[in-house]
Amino acid sequence: MAQNGPGDAYVEFQHVQKSYDGVSLVVKDLNLSIGKGEFLTMLGPSGSGKTTCLMMLAGFETATNGEILLDKRPINQVPPHKRGIGMVFQNYALFPHMTVGENLSFPLEVRGMGKDEREAKVKRALDMVQMGNFINRRPAQLSGGQQQRIALARALVFDPALVLMDEPLGALDKQLREHMQFEIKHLHESLGITVVYVTHDQGEALTMSDRVAVFNDGRIQQLAPPADLYERPENSFVAQFIGENNKLPGTIEELNGDKALVRLATGELIDATAVNVKEKGQKTLVSIRPERVEFKPSMMPEGAHTLDAEVIEVIYMGDILRAVLRVAGSDDFVMKMRNTLGQTKLSAGEKIKVGWHPLDARALDPM
Amino acid sequence: MAEAATTLLTTSDGRPLKAALATAQARAKRRAFLLVLPLLLFVLLTFLIPIGYMLKRSLEHDGFSGSAPSLSAWFKQQPGFDPANPPEEAYAALVSDLALMQKDKTTGMAGTRINYTVPGTISLFKAGARAAKDLQPPYKEALLALDPEWGMPRLWRAMEAASSPYTTEFYQVATDRKLGDTGWARGADQDRIYLYLFFKTFLVSGAITVICLLLAFPVAHLLAVLPMSKSSLLMILVLLPFWTSLLVRTTAWIALLQEQGIVNDLLVWAGILSDDNRLQAMYNMTGTIVAMTHVLLPFMILPLYSVMRVIPPSYARASRSLGATSWTTFRRIYVPQTLPGIAAGSLLVFILAVGYYITPALVGGADGQLISNLISFHMTKSNWSLAAALAAMLLAAILVLYWLYDRLIGIDRLKLG
Repeated sequence: MAQNGPGDAYVEFQHVQKSYDGVSLVVKDLNLSIGKGEFLTMLGPSGSGKTTCLMMLAGFETATNGEILLDKRPINQVPPHKRGIGMVFQNYALFPHMTVGENLSFPLEVRGMGKDEREAKVKRALDMVQMGNFINRRPAQLSGGQQQRIALARALVFDPALVLMDEPLGALDKQLREHMQFEIKHLHESLGITVVYVTHDQGEALTMSDRVAVFNDGRIQQLAPPADLYERPENSFVAQFIGENNKLPGTIEELNGDKALVRLATGELIDATAVNVKEKGQKTLVSIRPERVEFKPSMMPEGAHTLDAEVIEVIYMGDILRAVLRVAGSDDFVMKMRNTLGQTKLSAGEKIKVGWHPLDARALDPM
Repeated sequence: MAEAATTLLTTSDGRPLKAALATAQARAKRRAFLLVLPLLLFVLLTFLIPIGYMLKRSLEHDGFSGSAPSLSAWFKQQPGFDPANPPEEAYAALVSDLALMQKDKTTGMAGTRINYTVPGTISLFKAGARAAKDLQPPYKEALLALDPEWGMPRLWRAMEAASSPYTTEFYQVATDRKLGDTGWARGADQDRIYLYLFFKTFLVSGAITVICLLLAFPVAHLLAVLPMSKSSLLMILVLLPFWTSLLVRTTAWIALLQEQGIVNDLLVWAGILSDDNRLQAMYNMTGTIVAMTHVLLPFMILPLYSVMRVIPPSYARASRSLGATSWTTFRRIYVPQTLPGIAAGSLLVFILAVGYYITPALVGGADGQLISNLISFHMTKSNWSLAAALAAMLLAAILVLYWLYDRLIGIDRLKLG
């Protein structure tokens, strides 16, 4: 990726470590460069260190060790108000005693900007989020979605080159959240700003980002564009955290480049792509996406290994049918079928054969 | 739908909907009323009735009108009489009343009543009453011969005013006006004590409120931001004074601040003060302010704390991220959000300070006394009506403040905890 090169890294974490108690590390040796104009999402379960990283970048937490560079300058000693980074908070943090206009004017006032210029900028920022008519309202008089827009406008009004967002859509309902995802993405593209976005919602991460950094246990588990992350997870944590996944435990029987033959615990053999397994005899966890599982012989590639399966139940979900199968000794193997006109209707108790393309079965570390 | 809106709605069995609703809710309303009834009675008995009685006392005194029926009746018939030269009939009525007072032993009461407005008349009445039954007409000459003071115009004005049990005289006295020979007038400057003391009370209360605010703000902030375990420990220290007797706390201040007290001893020992130059910090206004600030401080800390505790730290962070320095953040983001607490605490401390009695009485000395000490003084001197008038003025002043507060800040923004 072009903006990944060290030359044009806009934000850089170099061996950053963070500890709150001096006993354990919340962030363990973080190295990350974010290109100018990039939309990077930090995704992970709570306690994975993603928010701590954001707070260190914003200047509200200090790194215990390591260096954070902004536009090639170290910023560890720069106080938050001198960093010029826009930030959108989880609960918006709109000042309740100020009107919308005053909220937006505040960052311009503290920068000593003249009244006319301030008014013009406030108006422009409000128009940008289609909230021009709300300039005299108080935050308490606005709905959650409107407050969200104002918070966004306030973070952008002083033209920061970098904007941090800490789970900004967490408090909104599903429909509004999806709409706002689109709007934030659109603003990012039209303004050319760099965005660092923190969320625990993988859907949000996949739809909005240029790259996603998956955090767990204080480390980045994988840093990749959304499609790579979903289709080519590099370890079991990422495979399970992103989307739904079937896991089949087994041992490597044969290893030939990135082609692996895996013997499952129940004795069957399957083909898989080796990702982070190194040698024969190693324990592995094979991961297969439910929508890549096939049960019609015509759809399976030539010579693919198949497994016997018994349908336990079929759940009707509207756009898809979700079948839970008993495969290789496990009762929670999931297969997703598109709900098309001619789709075969499976029923509970039916015996079928399932298979997949070897590229879709990824042999990963056993966690 | 349109039809339903215009015609009267009824229930399914044909009763009007409004009547049905009222019946359905009547029982619940009755129960709710019975539930609050004891409290209502309690408030009525212990609060509203005493205050009403106090207001009545400030406007009513029948010490003279009750014991001088003839003179009172004469005053009623002669509305425009000349106090400088009352006619013989008036003196005759006065003498018969004096004789009656002697018989009923009400001289003291009547004399005291007149004494409130014309000081020094109580002995005049006692001597007059003793001699009354031996006096012969013409009574005017007889009484004036007994004591020429019976001819004082202001005495006759006072008696005329006191001939009705209802009077505003106590308010005249409470606002430093004096009854002279020509009527009520502004008193001489050296006698003007009440309004000055009101002014001083409000000034001192204001000063105590400001000091309390300055001291309480950092403490409340610390309480609000410290982790729970530490803040509850600190909270105990804040609340500790509440669990100690007021008398003990005030006495402790005496032990600390008096001339031979601990603070002075320490300062002398450290060589900061010389032994014959000790601080006079007790039994004066300084003592009153120090001790009252200490007593009232928790009333400022608690409302401030309750407001500060719920201010999310993300506001300060947002402000910093928007480019504001810590000082700007404090001034423009933090303080405005603590305003309901500042207002509540200030109102509470100020109102408590204005009516405070025990601390100034104990440590105030001569110049540290406040208006409530004077009210108490008049109560012990049995001038209940003047005490009531002063108290009513204090109440009125506080109600005005409350109204101002409501207009400026809004009473619904008050947060006491």
